[in-house]
Amino acid sequence: MKIHEYQAKALFRKFGVPVPRGAACFSVGEAVEAARNLGGGRWVVKAQIHAGGRGKGGGVKLARSLDEVREHASRLLGMRLVTPQTGPGGQTVRRLLVEEGAEIVQEYYIGMVVDRVTQRVCLMASSEGGVDIEEVAASAPEKIHKLHADPETGLGEADARATARAIGVPQALVDEAAALFGALYRCFWETDASLAEINPLVLTGEGRLVALDAKMNFDDNALFRQPEIAALRDLDEEDPLEVEASRHELSYIALDGDIACMVNGAGLAMATMDTIKLFGGAPANFLDVGGGATAEKVTAAFRIMLANPKVRAILVNIFGGIMRCDTIATGVVAAAREVHLSVPLVVRMKGTNEDLGRRILAESGLPIIAADDMADAARKAVAAAAGGRR
Amino acid sequence: MSILVNRHTRVITQGITGRTGQFHTRASRDYAFGRECYVAGVNPKKAGENFEGIPIFATVREAKEKTGANVSVIYVPPAGAAAAIQEAVEADLDLVVCITEGIPVRDMIVVRERMRREGRRTLFLGPNCPGVITPGEIKIGIMPGHIHRAGRVGVVSRSGTLTYEAVAQLTELGIGQSTAVGIGGDPVNGLKHVDVLKLFNDDPDTDAVIMIGEIGGSDEETAARWVKANMRKPVVGFIAGLTAPPGKRMGHAGAIISGGKGTAQEKLAVMEACGIRVTRNPAEMGKLLASVL
Repeated sequence: MKIHEYQAKALFRKFGVPVPRGAACFSVGEAVEAARNLGGGRWVVKAQIHAGGRGKGGGVKLARSLDEVREHASRLLGMRLVTPQTGPGGQTVRRLLVEEGAEIVQEYYIGMVVDRVTQRVCLMASSEGGVDIEEVAASAPEKIHKLHADPETGLGEADARATARAIGVPQALVDEAAALFGALYRCFWETDASLAEINPLVLTGEGRLVALDAKMNFDDNALFRQPEIAALRDLDEEDPLEVEASRHELSYIALDGDIACMVNGAGLAMATMDTIKLFGGAPANFLDVGGGATAEKVTAAFRIMLANPKVRAILVNIFGGIMRCDTIATGVVAAAREVHLSVPLVVRMKGTNEDLGRRILAESGLPIIAADDMADAARKAVAAAAGGRR
Repeated sequence: MSILVNRHTRVITQGITGRTGQFHTRASRDYAFGRECYVAGVNPKKAGENFEGIPIFATVREAKEKTGANVSVIYVPPAGAAAAIQEAVEADLDLVVCITEGIPVRDMIVVRERMRREGRRTLFLGPNCPGVITPGEIKIGIMPGHIHRAGRVGVVSRSGTLTYEAVAQLTELGIGQSTAVGIGGDPVNGLKHVDVLKLFNDDPDTDAVIMIGEIGGSDEETAARWVKANMRKPVVGFIAGLTAPPGKRMGHAGAIISGGKGTAQEKLAVMEACGIRVTRNPAEMGKLLASVL
């Protein structure tokens, strides 16, 4: 689960990671009021959307007067902000963060993730802050310093100080930086985070270290024991179809193509998408119906897939193991009837009771195109999509 | 022969009284030598009772002592799964298989750290995996038994249904499997591709291996490099997720590309460079394996 920058900063503050003073605002009036309360003569008005790259998209503005705060806030609120991570459609800005401006002397990068190889939480730090860290990782990997946390004792203090020195934190601030790394780790660990990122961490003109930006993602599997984190979820930031799918325990992700697919199992679903591409088509979505697909679930899946106006054909690929093919076939027939299916439907079924499943499809009287294997199914779906009109 | 499990394996089911545990214990017991293999269940509240004749004990240690079991399979719900794994590891079993999906990553970090620190010899498979099957002998997990056929090809995969797909293709071509292992898709797990490949390499009754991977992480690359340096048997492979967009979670916690690392392209390139024949068409995994026998 993702959260907004201002929410991540509130968590940082709670755990002792220094952040600029600021306030979340939902209207122009609130933004101006927040700036007035903060005082000073420089403010930053930041669009709050879940996607990154906001600065590049024009979502971060410096204001030197309250009038400028008003101007930026009115322009940002309600705009469709397009960044390298939002896709061409952009994301509507509904919330702002107004912060005191900081004088930046030096920028650092700090990130934290679970390292699959060592199976520990890993702090990544670099002197190259404020830029695209993935480019640094590719072009100058030696500039990224890694430090692993012991799950029982946390980040070692001496190691944290060494990392601070390695990225060029001035000697007088090394202890402060090490404490900041420790606080970030506790914030990560205690909230069941999957990612924490400060880009940039800055050294200010007053000689302080401050997290100018903040990003946190969380382990969905741990939300059951993190009610405070779960409450930060902002459904406005999520694809409505993905939200609807999660309500039915379906895993759905919208993509750009025109062939919808419904598959059981994440690996097989990705492989099905790959096969569609291999035969010249483009998948419209990823959809994993999971292990216990009932007729209701299949119907919900069909509705969600067809809510995408680009869809020109549907491919169903089921490997019946525990889930029997006849159950799925019954579900597919019911769903196709209920949604008055108007695009070609290609079905490939394999495994438990596949003959029975095929018979149910054939006897339904619906124009279902049967396929023998994944390649055959993909080929037929690509051909159907090319000729299919809704 | 086979790897990890065979007809002489004796299995404890943790979570035997839950709906999932009951369903899969029944199916596993009905497969091949399952009636001899499934000897115990664990549930502290139902000790002394039995599940369709399988005795239930209060602890894994007691179940092991009373029945001589050496392997456990876990269907305990996510919130209690880490404690169940820990208990099985402390009972010093040979192998612990955790089927449970949805365990918090932090819990797995703690479990794995403790296993390393205490120098545990127990092998751990999963979590969030279909399990392991030696066709014609024993099935431990949720895979459909009937699609398998005893034989001499090893299968190792991060995914469930995609593993079944590969197995079914082999079986249709008349090629049997020595053992099929689903290692699961979670970011912090037990046995990895490379560990399973080592076992297949040492198994005199495995002639070749299909290795199936997914986007995310670098386990497939590590395995490929090991294959190049050490493997004496042909390995073929497939990676799911060529079309997956970056930064998106594709159902599995594992199937996510981040920072340009772990893409399907990159994995396929490393595997090919290491002498593993790969296909981009998952409908041809079986045929590809047949071509190297």
